[in-house]
Amino acid sequence: MTTPLHRYRIVQWIDYRLPIFSWTNEHLVEYPAPRNLNYWWNFGSLAGIMLVVQIVTGVILAMHYMPHVDYAFNSTEHIMRNVEWGWMMRYLHANGASMFFVVVYIHIFRGFYYGSYKSPREILWWMGVVILFLMMGSSFLGYVLPWGQMSFWAATVITNLISAVPWIGETLVQWLWGGFSIDNPTLNRFYSLHYLLPFLICGVAFIHLWALHHRKSNNPLGIEVKSPRDTIPFSPYYTVKDLVGLGVMFFVLAIFVFYLPNFLGETINYIKADPLVTPPHIVPEWYFLPYYAILRAVPDKLGGVIAMVASIAILFALPWLDTGKVRSARFRPIYKQFFWIFLADCFVLGWVGANPPEGSFILIGRITTIYYFAHFLIILPLIGKFERTRPLPESIHQAVLAKKGGGAAPDSPPQPSAAGNP
Amino acid sequence: MADTAPESEQASPQGEETRRDFLILAAGGMGAIATIAVVWPLIETMNPSADVLALASTEVDISAIEVGQAITVKWRGKPVFIRHRTQEEIDEARAVPLDELSHVESDEERVKKAEWLIMIGVCTHLGCIPLGNKLGDPVGLFGGWFCPCHGSHYDTSGRIRQGPAPDNLPIPEYEFLDDTLVKIG
Ligand code: HEM
Ligand code: FES
Repeated sequence: MTTPLHRYRIVQWIDYRLPIFSWTNEHLVEYPAPRNLNYWWNFGSLAGIMLVVQIVTGVILAMHYMPHVDYAFNSTEHIMRNVEWGWMMRYLHANGASMFFVVVYIHIFRGFYYGSYKSPREILWWMGVVILFLMMGSSFLGYVLPWGQMSFWAATVITNLISAVPWIGETLVQWLWGGFSIDNPTLNRFYSLHYLLPFLICGVAFIHLWALHHRKSNNPLGIEVKSPRDTIPFSPYYTVKDLVGLGVMFFVLAIFVFYLPNFLGETINYIKADPLVTPPHIVPEWYFLPYYAILRAVPDKLGGVIAMVASIAILFALPWLDTGKVRSARFRPIYKQFFWIFLADCFVLGWVGANPPEGSFILIGRITTIYYFAHFLIILPLIGKFERTRPLPESIHQAVLAKKGGGAAPDSPPQPSAAGNP
Repeated sequence: MADTAPESEQASPQGEETRRDFLILAAGGMGAIATIAVVWPLIETMNPSADVLALASTEVDISAIEVGQAITVKWRGKPVFIRHRTQEEIDEARAVPLDELSHVESDEERVKKAEWLIMIGVCTHLGCIPLGNKLGDPVGLFGGWFCPCHGSHYDTSGRIRQGPAPDNLPIPEYEFLDDTLVKIG
């Protein structure tokens, strides 16, 4: 494939040996994307950018951080006080983790709404779920590193979940700790793994994108691309659209980093870890709250752990649990309503997770947990069977042009070169 | 590919087993064994190391602990509670009918000397440290310990009586070296 850059001999020389220019052109420039993608399609590339932000700030932090129980807390404070711009790197990294989760959660709910998990995108969806698991792992491990009180006790409570495994639970936990409690060996290996997992995420994200570029993007109408008239080239249209979203995301991140850097954190994490004193309130980071609520909704230790893992693992089965043939909620009047109820259910679960398991929180937690699973196991299969979907448009370009009031479709696709001439 | 090649190269009528099938199977089996042999030591390195295991016991002088008081000592990175129980606490623990317990253990089984209750102070739910050792701590509904993390109540024998914890507070290995010295571990 030749690109405009191929007029340069050096580009030709390189591309003949390593087709990096044609490859970029194929996947980032001329790549045909549905012409009707809305801003909810920004969040995939935003997630990719956040991964890069975490890796860059993380590598810098790693130059100053010391993974030892006697130094970890102090070296984090050293980063905050002595290292030039160190405070900014740490605040970017800590708040960046939250931003990453915001973006990824929106990305997932976009998938729910527009049915992006349906055939032929099941493997693409699975890779996304794997990334979610890996992200949860990395941020849990990272949160232990500053070695504050909440780092230590969150790590204690979460690793103790594994002791619920019948028979070998205790052995497994001691293997994970490298001792009889969370201590220096634990901190060391958590640091090693915290460094490793983001690069595994890169690998899985690559497979995710491979699958995406093989079957191409879904779109708000949820119908397949049928002809070149349904698409526009990725550049400049979607590069620019993604950049708009990027600006907004960095603006929000900057507000947190510069004005509310500890808003999402726990004050008590500025007290050094003490293995002999448990803080009165142990709460996970906000992005774990719904799962924490599910864990506590089940009155049995092992049962709680199973429910918590199942609440995410069930996403693997989603493409088959949703029996509806139509993808987009725009044409699924019943599903659309249950989508919003489900979203609300997740927020309530998060709210319950943030509160102590007392009084009515216990009841609300149980109801919302049951609803969470019922959504996947009962509601979705039934809607698919009984819902009367609205008629789908003939094609993407017809739907788009009809909405613009034209009605008559032009015979030729918009030319990429036309974008340059206003 | 593997299933198209034999037809053209080798006469293998009607799915008969061939030398090649055998070789593939043998090579695959050896490969699997080799993989396990390589992964095994990698996994084993994460177990508690020799020095961690060596730190396994500690000696405590208990002569200064008054009746009704308790101390916390660190053993294997975990708190161990040593409580000098009052006669009422002992009586209370021994008066509990065993069928009221979810993890059935009599008080006699849990102590070597009735006035000294020695146990690991780690909640059997998810590992928080129950309150009740210090003066003024909440002691829960059964006069022993209370875990604030998810609300587990322990009695004066350290047995779980209410809340999500599945087991009684565990008893470490220990022995009285003499009247004032205990060796834990
Ligand atoms: C998926 C990407 C990543 C996520 C979600 C993530 C998340 C986190 C979180 C939540 C913390 C605790 C922040 C705090 O309260 O201080 C943290 C700390 C840390 N991370 Fe990461 N991280 C990621 C990638 C990386 C990478 C690639 C490195 C190193 C190359 C790294 C190095 C560190 C270091 C040294 C700390 C301790 C200093 C500190 O607490 O600020 N991180 N990480
Ligand atoms: S850790 Fe004690 S009640 Fe959960």
